[in-house]
Amino acid sequence: MTGAAHSLTAREIARQISAGETTAVAVAEATIERIQREDAELGAFLLTTGEEALAAAASVDDKLQRGEKLGPLAGVPIAVKDNLCTRGIPTTAGSKILEGWCPPYNATVIEKLHAAGMVLVGKTNLDEFAMGSSTENSAYQLTRNPHDASRVPGGSSGGSAAAVAAGLVSCSLGSDTGGSIRQPASFCGVVGVKPTYGRTSRFGLIAYASSFDQIGPFGRDVTDAALLLEAIEGHDTLDSTSLPEAGGALVAGLHDGVAGLRIGIVSELMGEGIEPAVAARIRAAAEAFAAAGAEIVEVSIPAVSYAISAYYILAPAEASSNLSRFDGVRFGLRVDAPTTPEMYELTRTQGFGAEVKRRIMLGTYALSAGYYDAYYGTAQKVRTLLRADFEAAYRQADLLISPVAPTTAFPIGELTEDPLTMYLQDICTIPTNLAGHPAMSVPFGSDGTGLPVGVQILAPALREDVMFRAAMVLESALQQGSNPTQEGANS
Amino acid sequence: MTDANTLDGWEIVIGLEVHAELLTHTKLFSASLNQFGGEPNTNIDPVTLGLPGSLPVLNKHAVELAMRAGLALNCTVQRSVFSRKNYFYPDMPKGYQISQFDLPINVDGWLELPNGKRCGIERAHLEEDTGKSSHMGAGGTRIHDAEYSLVDFNRAGVPLLEVVGRPDLFSADEAKAYIAELRSILIAVGASDGKMEEGSMRVDCNVSVRRPGEPLGTRCEIKNVNSLRSVGRAIEYEARRQADMILAGEVVRQETRHWNDDTGRTQTLRSKEEATDYRYFPEPDLVVLDPGEEWIEAVRAALPTLPRERRANLAAATGVSVASAGIVVERGLDDLVLAAIAAGADPQRAATHAEHNLADKGAGDLNPAMFARLTRMEVDGAITATQAKAVLAEMLSNPSDADPQEIATRLGFEAMQSSEIEHLVDTLIAAHPADWEKFCNGENKVAGFFVGQAMKATGGKADGKALTALLNQRRGQ
Repeated sequence: MTGAAHSLTAREIARQISAGETTAVAVAEATIERIQREDAELGAFLLTTGEEALAAAASVDDKLQRGEKLGPLAGVPIAVKDNLCTRGIPTTAGSKILEGWCPPYNATVIEKLHAAGMVLVGKTNLDEFAMGSSTENSAYQLTRNPHDASRVPGGSSGGSAAAVAAGLVSCSLGSDTGGSIRQPASFCGVVGVKPTYGRTSRFGLIAYASSFDQIGPFGRDVTDAALLLEAIEGHDTLDSTSLPEAGGALVAGLHDGVAGLRIGIVSELMGEGIEPAVAARIRAAAEAFAAAGAEIVEVSIPAVSYAISAYYILAPAEASSNLSRFDGVRFGLRVDAPTTPEMYELTRTQGFGAEVKRRIMLGTYALSAGYYDAYYGTAQKVRTLLRADFEAAYRQADLLISPVAPTTAFPIGELTEDPLTMYLQDICTIPTNLAGHPAMSVPFGSDGTGLPVGVQILAPALREDVMFRAAMVLESALQQGSNPTQEGANS
Repeated sequence: MTDANTLDGWEIVIGLEVHAELLTHTKLFSASLNQFGGEPNTNIDPVTLGLPGSLPVLNKHAVELAMRAGLALNCTVQRSVFSRKNYFYPDMPKGYQISQFDLPINVDGWLELPNGKRCGIERAHLEEDTGKSSHMGAGGTRIHDAEYSLVDFNRAGVPLLEVVGRPDLFSADEAKAYIAELRSILIAVGASDGKMEEGSMRVDCNVSVRRPGEPLGTRCEIKNVNSLRSVGRAIEYEARRQADMILAGEVVRQETRHWNDDTGRTQTLRSKEEATDYRYFPEPDLVVLDPGEEWIEAVRAALPTLPRERRANLAAATGVSVASAGIVVERGLDDLVLAAIAAGADPQRAATHAEHNLADKGAGDLNPAMFARLTRMEVDGAITATQAKAVLAEMLSNPSDADPQEIATRLGFEAMQSSEIEHLVDTLIAAHPADWEKFCNGENKVAGFFVGQAMKATGGKADGKALTALLNQRRGQ
């Protein structure tokens, strides 16, 4: 392979392959070899795919040999979060209850990766059933932050974010229910996108909270993330909540800039609880947008203050039901017992981890007779209210910005005994999931100690095109060194 | 014990929940076949098995069939929402059943029994069926005393329409008539095959008793009632049980009971306190089902003629009562009667034959034109009603175009010529002047005496109706 593959963008890898400078098989072999060598310490991968990857890569090389024209990501190795079903390849959702289970089908996004000629090289670690903000809830292993091995990579898609940040792959897929793509992207210094709800198919994504879950891309840069989202998006007849209409093209308008746009800073997400170093990077981003010709405004989304409470009613409610199918009857772990109810109890007691059990209980309680209206009903009203607030905000601004998370990556173990503080990690990201809108995390320097900080860009439904234009502006500003780090700005 | 009168003055109040499997090609939420009787676990797929990551996609044909049934049951078809009904059971793959809860597709309808009574339908909603468990070993066929259980998921995900009736039924016979009528409507619109013996129609009976005029008593829900006969037996048993409890000073508790067809008894399955909290909430994997006026009206316009309308049509065309017409329609003989009338049949005689003389074996491929000829022979007095019945029986065991005229001749049926009858009547009047006097003074039953005498004199060849008509005619002169 020419050059250091781990520093290449996905599109550059694809270009080298299609130009005959290397082969897809050579890239796949080098990638897997590197993962096997370097991931032992990082812990981003739950498995690598070996034979399947080489076969997929060989097929790309064959097509090139025959002169077929391939897409912009053909031959590029990719890793996916292990809650995406892969035919014949173990899929665990980070849980012991699914240990050894091989789905008989691919998630729709996996089929789309195949169609794009991408090469699946491995499945990445996650918080069990995507419940968590640090990947520490994985039943299998810890994942470390490539910028500081004593710190978490964020979560729940921590493995996918860390794999890209460490250069093991150029891009990956995660899922975002309350911030599970954006927060690890911010912690690991990569681009992470939660698309509009329904833009990518959920078929084959092991559900955590169905009305929030959305699959999205991680990339080393904005352009790769846009290319990858274009590869996986689109209506799917297998997912009834998949949007019938297509979103606008992303890559084509990437360089259109933000001149003339109004960009709003969400005032409720800039105050108490946000680390000053993080807030400073958001203000620096606003300055970069202003310098690029955008008008910066302050907007208020009052219902944001109820978002966490509403989310931790609704998401566990859906989860309590979604996770009922893990009963030991048809697949996965079964702990035998004399009666069926005892078999259920033992299987689920041994199969699920503490956080999963906590959310199943929260959700079961919230849906119980006599409590439904007070909890689930009220939370749904907050969801409606929040959508209305967002609508009002988007009448004042084309895009919104905020921190992704209140902090940068925290030390491993720091929050594991404190679930409430862990839940507050999602305070800036959850509102978008409640509204169903798109949002992304774009790396924008660091906090002064070398830990990455992401800026969250939020957009109205299906306006990922505008969101990506803004992301591109920040990326360019950073590259031009106008706003490298908090540290730099202070010196 | 078939009505309130025989239950010591208690009134039985019954509300029925009928589950009907819809006649779709595939399941409610997946492409697996909806097929009865396959090898276990052959009509399955990731959605049916509730495998992680699988998602339901609503079957449009099932929606159309539900709308057809709803409109035929005079329901309002509305914007509806699917909900999850959460409970654990090994034959329910996802740990929840996708059903409709607070916003069902069909609401507020009614159906009319053949006797003209209207019974309310609260709702008729869509839901998915469960799989089937078989409890094996240790001599037990119920889960508690079995050694192990096998699950067949072929039925899991089959579309069901649950028709919830209001408590408008007051006897086992009414309950049976309601089910029969519902079944014929569902069959008529092509929504279900109505095969209770294959489980494609299943009934839960809510039964309570009260003294007439009093408020509703506490109800018990009876499950596992798998035939029309069982419905009758279970309701009668349960009503008697409840009445006996109240008479003994006990309190009827709301509970779910299991009908045991072998013992003829119901037994407690679970009490109200043990009832599952189903934790219903809107199914987030599906979107709101809003068929829209255009589709609803298209379905309504395409509905076939329903049993109620067929009864009314037949009653109007023949002059028989709606109840009689109901029996004919129930047997599917109304088309034959109407075709015979079109071919010149006497309407009332055609309907009467259909009601009384085609009951057991049906009409086979009876030719309407020949059927019509038979009724005309009766009207013309060529054969008597008794002879017509015999000729009809012969026609049914012969080719469809068998001519009733030839059959009557072959059987030696030769009705008396009207001049012969007149002569006979005059002879009888002359022979029995005192009886004739009574008849003329308004004692109509004496007509029977003269008809009897005429039959005796002719060896049964005389037509009773013609004789009565003639006697009346003579009296009027």
